[in-house]
Amino acid sequence: MIGLKLSWRYFWKRRISILAVAAVALCVFIVVVVMSVMNGLVQEFKEKNHRFVGDCVIYSPSLTGFPYANDFIEQLEAQPFVAEMSETVEGTGLMTSPGSSWNVGVDYMGIDPVRHSRVTSFASTLRYHKDNPKDAFEPPYLQQIDGCVMGIDLILSRRSDTGQYDEPETPWPLRITLSSFPLNPKGGLARAGVDVVSTKTFAYSDHAHSGLVKPDGRLIYLPLEQARVLSGMDAPVVRSSAIHIRFADGLSVEAETEKVRTLWQAYVKSLASQPYAELLSAVNVQTWQQNRREFIGPMEKEQLMLMLLFLMLGIVTIFIIFVVFYMIIGHKTRDLGVLKSIGMPTPSVAAVFLGFAAIVGLIGSIIGMATGCLFLWRINAMENWLYDHYGWRIWDRSIYAIDQIPNTIEWPLLAVVAGCAVAACLFGAIVPSIQAAIKSPVRVLQVSQL
Amino acid sequence: MQILQANDIKKAYKMGKQTLTVLRGVDISLTAGEFAVIIGASGSGKSTLLHILGALDKPDTGKVEFEGLRLDQMSNSRLNQFRNLNVGFVFQFYHLLDELSVLENVLLPAMIAAGPITWQTRKKIKQNEAILLLGRMGLKDRLTHKPYELSGGERQRAAIARALINKPKLLLADEPTGNLDSKTGNGILEVLKELNQQGQTILMVTHDDRIARQAGRVIRLSDGKVV
Repeated sequence: MIGLKLSWRYFWKRRISILAVAAVALCVFIVVVVMSVMNGLVQEFKEKNHRFVGDCVIYSPSLTGFPYANDFIEQLEAQPFVAEMSETVEGTGLMTSPGSSWNVGVDYMGIDPVRHSRVTSFASTLRYHKDNPKDAFEPPYLQQIDGCVMGIDLILSRRSDTGQYDEPETPWPLRITLSSFPLNPKGGLARAGVDVVSTKTFAYSDHAHSGLVKPDGRLIYLPLEQARVLSGMDAPVVRSSAIHIRFADGLSVEAETEKVRTLWQAYVKSLASQPYAELLSAVNVQTWQQNRREFIGPMEKEQLMLMLLFLMLGIVTIFIIFVVFYMIIGHKTRDLGVLKSIGMPTPSVAAVFLGFAAIVGLIGSIIGMATGCLFLWRINAMENWLYDHYGWRIWDRSIYAIDQIPNTIEWPLLAVVAGCAVAACLFGAIVPSIQAAIKSPVRVLQVSQL
Repeated sequence: MQILQANDIKKAYKMGKQTLTVLRGVDISLTAGEFAVIIGASGSGKSTLLHILGALDKPDTGKVEFEGLRLDQMSNSRLNQFRNLNVGFVFQFYHLLDELSVLENVLLPAMIAAGPITWQTRKKIKQNEAILLLGRMGLKDRLTHKPYELSGGERQRAAIARALINKPKLLLADEPTGNLDSKTGNGILEVLKELNQQGQTILMVTHDDRIARQAGRVIRLSDGKVV
């Protein structure tokens, strides 16, 4: 009781405690703001990748694809944990526009738009066919040719730093020609002579905005069978590049992927004597995270590096608290002797200063969290104000695939940061407090009398 | 009845490579209700002896008994408790805590003795006792003042009230008038004499013969020995 009272009085009477509180508040503020924004960015990026892939994917990185996907899809359809599946064909090609010199290297993905929408967020990324993805490949003009869905950055000019696209009300009447090298199951060119390149013309029927740089910048969705012809996966055996899977709601992605993996291994074994069965050995069964690891990994590393930087910030805070407490205890040496002379136990003397540290940590954390939350709440408004008045945008939307700066306040994060701040204060104060508490009262009182 | 008995107390301090012997075998005893004064020149070991007798410090050798309890053999935590309940200290420089009011300063030893839970039940009683004590010291109007708002004499009287709040069997005073002018110092001596008349055992350290003459017994210390 008296310890707490003294802690509180020391806190109010010492101007230096304002410095300690300010240091803690500043650290908490920075950690809350940066971690919230960074967590938001990483979380949003992960969700976009999850929505792009589905829960699980049976995927061959080879351009030759793998055969016998349909039989396995039938097997999966009988599994209660599988909700939906979508078979895809993927390849690389050169896109040109007839009558113009425009040409660009692209990736293409052949899909059944309805099935793919059930597994991934394909439909919701579309501009004109959000509610009817089955018509995604039906252009409003040039109806005699198949449509294609282009990545938004392929068809529209790069987004301005305001983050807005200048999207037309209806798709422009644009024809594109896609050329690809069709490959046979061995990886050689499927056709010889003048027909070595497979070329097809499509009409721009929609564009997809996934929020992911690569799909938005170089992916074209095509009707499944057209893509199969372009890539050469139509003969001599029908092949696919991937089967995307969505599991029934509430199931663990990892556990269900493991089940799919087991089924797949048994399936591959049963096909060992079939022609082109060797292509099945290149196939991986992956969770969406494993499949998108090369994109998610660097961002997670960046997040880890940030955490390490904040760890250093925490060490600086501890050092500041340590110095502040050494100074305070230096000033309060006489009081320690008095307290001990009237019988205050050593742990209680230490508790006075540890209580002081806890108060500094608590008040610093509360101030830091409150200002951090306030800043996050208004971060987009402030950024917009800066842009409106000075033309300065912190996150260029043409670089960061975000519409708004993520500002969701995560209460568990706040609790952890506040807990760490108080712990850092206690840690910074523990050595000077114990040193003070174990001092001989006689020495202390004699020194203070000099 | 004998309250305190110390035999062959020796104490030395290390000052760098040298050893400074302060007490060279002191024998001393104190009877309940006595007002004794230890007198000696500066550096004669008066304060060191007072600290040892008050369980603030331990002797290198020798025996200190307080009502049959061996202080020199007690653990630090037992000594803390012992000091809190049995000994009241009055220092030359008052040593009041500036962050607390006069009343809170006086209540400090009582709060420590009670502990946080029991204190809630005893708070009212102890507060009344403290107010009564401060009234006896002429500080009834100074309860909420901070120590730095008081004069030297008032501070010392507040320090005496703090030393008495737990009704200690022994009051130890280390040059209580040393930092006061003679008039104020006399006032403090009067307070101590009055307390002694009411039965309080007092052991005071001073280097002033004039003050020592007012005590019931004078113990003269020279060169670390009682002479």
